[in-house]
Amino acid sequence: MVEKPSYFNEMGSSGAIRSPYSGLDSWAADMPAEFRNTKQSEAEALFRRIGITFAVYGEGGDPDRLIPFDMFPRVFSADEWRKLDRGIKQRAKALNAFLLDVYSRGEIVKAGVIPGRLVYQNAAYEKAVVGIKPPRGVYSHIVGIDLVRTGPDEFFVLEDNCRTPSGVSYMLENREIMMRMFPQLFRENRIAPVDSYPAQLRRTLASVAPDKCEGAPTVAILTPGHFNSAYYEHSFLADMMGVALVEGQDLFVEGDFCWMRTTEGPKKVDVIYRRIDDAYLDPLCFRPDSMLGVPGLMNVYRSGGVAIASAPGAGVADDKAIYTFVPDMIRFYLGEEPILKNVPTWQCSKSDEQKYVLENLGDLVVKEVHGSGGYGMLVGPRSTKEQIESFRLKIEEDPDNYIAQPTLALSTCPTFVEEGIAPRHVDLRPYCLVGQNIELVPGGLTRVALTQDSLVVNSSQGGGVKDTWVMAE
Amino acid sequence: MRLDVNHRTTYRFDPPMRGVTQSLRLWPSLFDGQNVLDWNVKIDGATRGANFRDGAGDLIETMTFRGSVDSVVVEVSGTVVTKDLAGVLQGHREKVPPLAYVRQGQFTRTNNTIRELARGAIAGAETPLAEAHALAAAVGEAIAYVPGETDSQTTAAEALETGRGVCQDHAHTLIATAICLEIPARYVTGYLHAEGDIADASHAWAELYVRDLGWVGFDASNLKCPDETYIRLGSGFDSVDAAPIRGVAQGNGVEALDVDVSVISSDQ
Repeated sequence: MVEKPSYFNEMGSSGAIRSPYSGLDSWAADMPAEFRNTKQSEAEALFRRIGITFAVYGEGGDPDRLIPFDMFPRVFSADEWRKLDRGIKQRAKALNAFLLDVYSRGEIVKAGVIPGRLVYQNAAYEKAVVGIKPPRGVYSHIVGIDLVRTGPDEFFVLEDNCRTPSGVSYMLENREIMMRMFPQLFRENRIAPVDSYPAQLRRTLASVAPDKCEGAPTVAILTPGHFNSAYYEHSFLADMMGVALVEGQDLFVEGDFCWMRTTEGPKKVDVIYRRIDDAYLDPLCFRPDSMLGVPGLMNVYRSGGVAIASAPGAGVADDKAIYTFVPDMIRFYLGEEPILKNVPTWQCSKSDEQKYVLENLGDLVVKEVHGSGGYGMLVGPRSTKEQIESFRLKIEEDPDNYIAQPTLALSTCPTFVEEGIAPRHVDLRPYCLVGQNIELVPGGLTRVALTQDSLVVNSSQGGGVKDTWVMAE
Repeated sequence: MRLDVNHRTTYRFDPPMRGVTQSLRLWPSLFDGQNVLDWNVKIDGATRGANFRDGAGDLIETMTFRGSVDSVVVEVSGTVVTKDLAGVLQGHREKVPPLAYVRQGQFTRTNNTIRELARGAIAGAETPLAEAHALAAAVGEAIAYVPGETDSQTTAAEALETGRGVCQDHAHTLIATAICLEIPARYVTGYLHAEGDIADASHAWAELYVRDLGWVGFDASNLKCPDETYIRLGSGFDSVDAAPIRGVAQGNGVEALDVDVSVISSDQ
């Protein structure tokens, strides 16, 4: 790459510190190196003690790593957040309206806004739930929207996560640890709290209990088990919400309901927050070889005996091919202009767009349509000729499987590095809750690419996390 | 035609299982070709529940056994008056968009042989209906009806390579050929009244979505469209998804299965 793009530094430069960061520049600059090292190891010890690790695949060795935590917070002003809050909620609402529509009347397809092929032939579209209306018509109860920033007033949505977005435990733990280590920062600044998230999540889940549920709904989190990379988060959320953490074998179906084995006998479960993919939920409906799910669960769900969050089939809304149409969804269902922008996206399935992609591979980011976690992607400007050529072959072989986007000049946030403080690229994943109400705690998970110049923030690819502050009004 | 069905499925477990859960799709479809006079599904000792009609129009019910189970007997009996609609699924209420059936599965994955068979078959066919007939004929010709050569796990590609198979293989292969031409296709289960041939009473075929007609059944095994000798139960992507009984049992028991079906015409 010849030109080096100039990145938006969220803190501003010395002499012109942007207001949300005022005070933090001197806080960091004045911190003696020794104190900083002590604090850094203190943070690591805390993370180890609470057991937050994540799994990295494909590199051999023990896959459980400690996710690197950077102590320099990422900050939004109240004004900035107001706009994000509106944009995120708008998007979460439209995505749910889309799901309700494509599993019932399919108006958006009939109107010619989205090609039926992309929706109905999508691998994530579940025939099994067509015509089944989930409680309150909500499919995606926890919408994780990945955002990047390129300027003072410029945000882009990178992708939507409508199934089971992970990482919210980091949002909560990062805050907890920052408050323990630097209490004075929280006295000097008016930072909006995020600790109401578990209560809000619980309220959201309870609000989508099926009509057949009488009295206070019983909520449970269904996990694939301790070998799953997000198991820590499953047990953390169960603890924080005061609900049961169960595996498939702890649940069974009888009559019209789903039951949980307890020491006091079977207990009816009304809402299941599942952290298992659709395909493994029920061997009698999906993959017959699944040992992780609950036989008969989908029948209970479909006959209105239990709610499942997110609803089976929700994945069709967060597919990278559908992503292109989210702004159209917002106009179609809400009659509003999108507040948050999409990143321009080229579909390799379209021959003219594929041609453009292949001619400009060196400048683009190429992703697999169903990929996640930063695996299987090409960052053109950061790749070797060989890597680019191997991607060219992959795209030519299976064009439907790839999309491409311009390499965005992701904003940076000051980060503690070996040499002191340096800008590093960041993104943001807020967690929007959709039930009876749409709620969003002021904050989210900021991921930071710790390697200099790297644009890949995924923890599996050398990314770290930061506490995310929203300044109170 | 007035058809009396008796269908008994017996599972024996040795040693006994700790529990059994089944999802049943055992009720005749509601459409202009079938009038259900009487229908019963009886399972002694089971807890029944969680029933609903799915988006494809099938009635589904759940049954469970808790505690030690050494056998499960599912007894289906009833009478249906059928009408020949030349395979057209007229008057059937369903909500699943046909495009949702244009997808390959474990049994219906296409390969070059399947693609060639499909393209060769439709050459010269002038209407979507003619194409569908041509595909069914080509599949029936490519795979001879020979029981015992394939099993429940055989894929369309494997059956086509062997050139021998049963109704399940014909249906999977017909679906695979249709899908590679982007024609929606699905697996259908039901009963067949075939004079003097009891073993064939439990049957499967395929439905293809034909423009202007909707879903139309094609039985490549018998080289015809379902007529008044057929009773339709339900549909799915393939034999597993459409199975009249899908079940799992907890425990280490060995399962022995016995199926007894009779479909008798009681027309005066």
